[in-house]
Amino acid sequence: MIARLIGDARHVAIGAASPIPASGALLLKSQQPSLRVSLHQRRRANPFTEGSRELFDLAGQGRIDVFFLGGAQIDGEANINLVRAGEKRFPGSFGSAFMYPVIPRTILFREEHSRRALVPRVEFVSARGEPFALLTGKALFSWQKGARRFRLESVHPGHAVDEIQADTGFGFDSPARVPTTPSPTAVQLALLRGRVAKEIAADYPEFAARVWDA
Amino acid sequence: MEVVRALIRRRARGLKLLGVPVLGFSADLLIGAGCVAEVETSAVSLGEAGLAPRFTEAAQKGEIKIRDATCPAIHTALQAAEKGVPFMPLRGVLGSDLLSGRADWKVLQNPFAEGADPILYVPAIAPDIALFHARWADEAGNVWIGRRKEVATIAHAAKRTLATFEELRAGDMLEDELLAPGVVAAVYVEAAAPARRGAWPLGVADAYDIDDEHLARYAKAARTREGFQRYLDEFVCTRKKNSLPA
Repeated sequence: MIARLIGDARHVAIGAASPIPASGALLLKSQQPSLRVSLHQRRRANPFTEGSRELFDLAGQGRIDVFFLGGAQIDGEANINLVRAGEKRFPGSFGSAFMYPVIPRTILFREEHSRRALVPRVEFVSARGEPFALLTGKALFSWQKGARRFRLESVHPGHAVDEIQADTGFGFDSPARVPTTPSPTAVQLALLRGRVAKEIAADYPEFAARVWDA
Repeated sequence: MEVVRALIRRRARGLKLLGVPVLGFSADLLIGAGCVAEVETSAVSLGEAGLAPRFTEAAQKGEIKIRDATCPAIHTALQAAEKGVPFMPLRGVLGSDLLSGRADWKVLQNPFAEGADPILYVPAIAPDIALFHARWADEAGNVWIGRRKEVATIAHAAKRTLATFEELRAGDMLEDELLAPGVVAAVYVEAAAPARRGAWPLGVADAYDIDDEHLARYAKAARTREGFQRYLDEFVCTRKKNSLPA
């Protein structure tokens, strides 16, 4: 699904702590070699030569088409919070406050789909922008620019619309019949488990070992 | 890292840390050891090892002051200092609650635009001290940082620059066309000292990797104040050559 969302972009960049978006982007690259994938945190053969500011300079110039952002909290207005909630302190906003409004196609990604993560209103707006989509571990939403509301596009296999309603803290639109998110093909799965897992393991050894046993 | 461990042994107090653009293991150690009064950063994280536990607790208890920023704002503020100008503009950020915590950031009209065009201005940051670890220094006092150009920017922007390095090279790296583009020239460097495996448990590109296992062990130990203290006793306070794992 991540590969589908990136679509026909020329350049996708992946920020800090994003092994799943990185895997999806590398999967797409293996099938679409003209795609440029820049992993910001790559330990070896990092794509940048102007230090850690280059990602932002590229984005500011419009040279990056797609970027992924997460959030400790994400709300129905598509605001994200990476700073604090209640008594809890999170790591901080990273580059999100800049990237979200600047990147043409921002994809919000949060594996946890719960009322704790998807809230009516974030307690701190780290960044505000117009996303392309919100992808969670249970469902895919598109963003309706005019109405400023999410729309449920598909539910992942093994999950149901009732469950999505129950586990989402904000209101969203939903079509009469919600399709099931297509599973990866056998070829895609083989690539994910093989070449992509190996590539990811260099930067996310813990993730690769846990998920792919790589 | 060697300087960080030395600061903890010396019981440094009241430090203000600037993350360029984020803070990590060094900051978490210094915060846990009580050395830090304030951080300005875009985030504090141990990367794949997860949350920085001592930062998180200190933040939740209000023990340190936090000036939340976003990565390109810090880069831009240092670039302003490097150029000797008082501020620089930056796109994005408008609409973020970061602005309400930053009285020093201003949103003003772009003076060159014909229509309304609000844009963020950040003041220059000139740190008192730039501190980093590098692969090489040479006999001429130059330090090689390779592609980590944000390190050069900190050195250019700071009032004083101190570095540790892995190996001393004979001669002058500025005479080598392949090495020169990655050099912070001696004009910026006040002092440099050798520290073999000085970045451990972090890594130095092409020399040694991040010690992920050690960082995961730290992240677990430092969840409690007692666990953190035991970590300090074992790896920081004793002077055993713990930075040379077998």
